[in-house]
Amino acid sequence: MATAGPVRMGPIDSLGAFAVRGFTLLGDFSVFSLQTFGWMLRRRPAPKTLLPSLYLVGVRSVPVVCVTGMFIGMVMAVQMFSQFNKMGLGTRLGSMINITIVRELGPVLAATMLAGRVGCAMAAELATMRVSEQVDALSCLGAHPLHYLVVPRLLACTLLIPLLTIMADFMGIMGGALICTQIYGIESHFYWVNSEGFVNMWDVSMGLIKAVFFGIAIGLISCHRGLNSQPGAEGVGRASTEAFVTSFIAILVLDFFLAMLLINLYDFWIGSASRMF
Amino acid sequence: MNATSLITLDKVSMIFGPQRVLSAIDLAIPKGQTLAVVGESGCGKTVMLKLMIGLLRPTTGRVVFDGKVLVDLRDQELTKQRLRFGFLFQGAALFDSLTVFDNVAFGLREQKRLSEAELAERVRHRLSEVGLPPGQELKKPAELSGGMKKRVGLARALALDPEVMLYDEPTTGLDPIMSDVINELILQTRQSHPVTSVVVTHDLNTVRRVADRVVMLYPLARLKPEEPQVIFDGTLAEMDAAADPRVREFVRGESRERLREMHQKQL
Repeated sequence: MATAGPVRMGPIDSLGAFAVRGFTLLGDFSVFSLQTFGWMLRRRPAPKTLLPSLYLVGVRSVPVVCVTGMFIGMVMAVQMFSQFNKMGLGTRLGSMINITIVRELGPVLAATMLAGRVGCAMAAELATMRVSEQVDALSCLGAHPLHYLVVPRLLACTLLIPLLTIMADFMGIMGGALICTQIYGIESHFYWVNSEGFVNMWDVSMGLIKAVFFGIAIGLISCHRGLNSQPGAEGVGRASTEAFVTSFIAILVLDFFLAMLLINLYDFWIGSASRMF
Repeated sequence: MNATSLITLDKVSMIFGPQRVLSAIDLAIPKGQTLAVVGESGCGKTVMLKLMIGLLRPTTGRVVFDGKVLVDLRDQELTKQRLRFGFLFQGAALFDSLTVFDNVAFGLREQKRLSEAELAERVRHRLSEVGLPPGQELKKPAELSGGMKKRVGLARALALDPEVMLYDEPTTGLDPIMSDVINELILQTRQSHPVTSVVVTHDLNTVRRVADRVVMLYPLARLKPEEPQVIFDGTLAEMDAAADPRVREFVRGESRERLREMHQKQL
């Protein structure tokens, strides 16, 4: 009988196996992403597949994004007020809160909510379809799973995350203003006048550009994890967890590199413009 | 390769990670034949079925369908060839989010440009063919019994008039009466449509009712490296008279050899 027991691996073997698994996964994800973009260009998704995804990603996410956005703005006001007030800069608090929300917290918060609420659900749904052979059934009936399942979800994440970010930004700014002007008694005229000069269109655009990349990452990672799920309830659960954890790490890593890139681009353009005049 | 065969497996092996599931399988299925693939759970029957339709790519060897090597085909051509197959999955694999009607209409909507009236006519015809009681069309799969799911799955598989029908454990999990209904539907399908069929099962009643030929696979973990994985290939009568004790045990549902092994392991 061919019954060999499990092979015991040393630390070097384990490290090698880990590296091979990592590179295989990365390669697989790259191919998956390229094929998905290929399908996106090749054939438009049908409205009957796109509309439910838009509803799930957009409409259903609005309450959670608004509530979390508002409370983040409120918490920032609470945390920063005493420091700013001691320095006599209470009326400048709005500028600090707003720039932080518009540039960083709004997009990251909206993306995190999307990864947690929608990414996990998408991964679990696709994983269930995978383990119950519905994905195979799609292929047998002539529908490509990437075109039918992944493209609508990716489009929904990419197109709607900027709108969710604007919602999070707005609610965060309002939450901060509410606490500062109504609880801490900062004069609302000075609060808004000081805030106005600090946040410009570039700051808002920077947040929205980052949000688009976060949406692409969430859509691709969640669908990839779902479609590559291991069998059984444990496999579905793991796919869902992996989708969130990987998306969250991707959001933070992308946030760092995009912030560096966009700030350098801004400095380059503004610097060139100021040198010219 | 047999010149008259519709599906040919040529030295096909399949490995998932560290686990080898199929090893050097040679099999030729002529047009019009109903082949039953039997064997213990986990011996690679379903994998073999998925290789035939190109849902899986063999690790080594090749699968040839109607003269075309499946791994050599581009995506579009592979999809075209797949549409010549109908697949009844073990758990029916109905789309949870769609109604019974939309499940059966799915392939027709994807592949054919039909008016809604024509589509409805075809779907109702398929559903009546598999004997689904009226009034079930708007139900979701979760509201159906196991037997009904299988029947809807069969209607969906037949909707595109396939040339080859693949059945994965068609009677597993059903009561004896519903199993008999499904067996009868397989027979009716063969009579009403000129199909080649491959039935993967471990239900010998199904084998006796529908099969022209039987192939028996054996789990690789229980074979010596030089032994072939296909341990029987012949007619029903030949299977009943087989001298191989492994085939005899399977046919009679005896577990003496397996129990002896279990006792040896415990000692």
